[in-house]
Amino acid sequence: MSEYIGHDQNGATVGIVEKQFFTFAGPDDPFALESGASLGPVTLAYETCGTLNPDRSNAVLVLHALSGDSHVAGYYRADDAKPGWWDIMVGPGKGIDTNKYFVICSNILGSCIGSTGPGAIDPATEKPYGTNFPLITIGDMVRAQKILVDHLGINKLLAVVGGSIGGMQVLEWCVRYPDRVASAVALATTCRHSALAIAFNEVARQAIMADPNWRAGHYYDGPKPGMGLAIARMIGHITYLSDESMRTKFGRRLQNKSALSFEFGADFQVESYLQYQGNKFIERFDANSFLYITKAADYFDLAREHGSGSLVKAFSKTAARFLVVSYTSDWLYPTYQSKELVTAMKKNNLDVSFCEIEAQWGHDAFLLPNEKLDLLMAGFLRSISYAAAAV
Amino acid sequence: MQPLRYDLQIIASWIAPGSRVLGLGCGEGDLLLWLKQHRQVIERGIELKESRVVKCIEKGISVLQGDINTEITDYPDQAFDYAICSQTLQQVYDPVSLIQSMLRVAGKCVVSFPNFGHLRIRSQLMVTGCAPVTRELPYEWYNTPNIRVLSLKDFENFARQAGFTILKKAAINTKNHQMEGKIVTFLPNLLATYGIFLIGHQ
Repeated sequence: MSEYIGHDQNGATVGIVEKQFFTFAGPDDPFALESGASLGPVTLAYETCGTLNPDRSNAVLVLHALSGDSHVAGYYRADDAKPGWWDIMVGPGKGIDTNKYFVICSNILGSCIGSTGPGAIDPATEKPYGTNFPLITIGDMVRAQKILVDHLGINKLLAVVGGSIGGMQVLEWCVRYPDRVASAVALATTCRHSALAIAFNEVARQAIMADPNWRAGHYYDGPKPGMGLAIARMIGHITYLSDESMRTKFGRRLQNKSALSFEFGADFQVESYLQYQGNKFIERFDANSFLYITKAADYFDLAREHGSGSLVKAFSKTAARFLVVSYTSDWLYPTYQSKELVTAMKKNNLDVSFCEIEAQWGHDAFLLPNEKLDLLMAGFLRSISYAAAAV
Repeated sequence: MQPLRYDLQIIASWIAPGSRVLGLGCGEGDLLLWLKQHRQVIERGIELKESRVVKCIEKGISVLQGDINTEITDYPDQAFDYAICSQTLQQVYDPVSLIQSMLRVAGKCVVSFPNFGHLRIRSQLMVTGCAPVTRELPYEWYNTPNIRVLSLKDFENFARQAGFTILKKAAINTKNHQMEGKIVTFLPNLLATYGIFLIGHQ
């Protein structure tokens, strides 16, 4: 996912939010991972906005994608340059209306923005884990989130909502904890990566690992593998856009010049854009976290994990109501992958709604302002909360 | 909430409370919403057009964006009590397999369509010699989505050939943008603008 966030044009905001931390699994009772390894202690950074109602039935868990964090909406300080990553969707009167819902968002396990990941201190060595950090899965991320949700005293989530890798966590939540989820919104996502998606991730990982500063992942005491991470991010950005959006956004326009330079600097706007995105990313993201999270996404296979290879069988484990959304120009997680989910849900007689939104912005469309997505989200959540109230 | 269109009122009156209903080509979900609110049905819709799908979901209707002919194939046998195909049959390329699919996923099916046997259509063709253009079928021959022209009588013959039973039928005549209307009992194939049929297995 890219970063697009600007201030809300209408000024609607959840206001000041605070990043909080929850730590579990000590050295004596470590958190067992799907790989067989274990981890402890585990810290999750999380934020909440809105108010939990007295019967604790209005909680919406938002799940972020590869490079996101717990800062889903609002500001840490009044003079912050930017609000949280999904401020256009989460706030008073917005698609996920914080006047109605209690929104929780936590930084995923393995990330580097407050939660335990490869950059955290390994209690065994008192140094950063680096690549001694065990490989984690989407299932591990969700199991950690469930411990957080338990800690917050919420028995049943009204909805789990997420796009891209966040959408994978949405699907995992529904199948793994069917009693804890009333409904789910899966945006621009898939139940398993295509070879194409794995291929791009692998090229990105190779770029990081080829950086001489990477040093097999133990670089925390020296210079960071910034070049590798920047290239990885540039590759990612290409997959988040589309031919049409790149044509519209850049075309073959030159960057701050009127003629080709006949040098290897950035001539074209698209080159300059990618370099800017790459360089901006290395300031806030850890290269090892990028490796771990993309690997977890590549490993994710809902059918294999929960249905002995059958997606229909996997979805037989849940009774959640679903809203599945894809975007016409998303070639990273194309519509056929969303329809595969929908078909398996239908075969289980699940209550599923599906919409393919016409948008030219590629995979990133789910993060961009879109009135249709706002209407879908608000309408879907409203119908869920009515149904929940009627029970 | 707006009152239901006259033909949809008749369809709604045939649906038992609390049943499971599949709406094929459900548009903006008016009928399904009415049935959900007044008959407590469990509703599912299929609609091709993105903007209409958004309207449905906004209303809290469960709807899938897609082609009715292919989307219907994923549902388990007899997943529904009723499958409704309102004013769409005349636009379907393969009505036989659609009706078979409807009868596979639902115990009873409602099918409605504009009556091509209506007096105005017959007389237009007779008098002008041109393909008829009416309020119910307002297109020219070259841009009409209504590729299957059928009369009430055609559908009844079709039922015998295709092997399903007509359980109920209503021939209607509508006015005021189809918001009002009446049942036609005298010479229905000549005087009704629309036919609505409840069909089931033989």
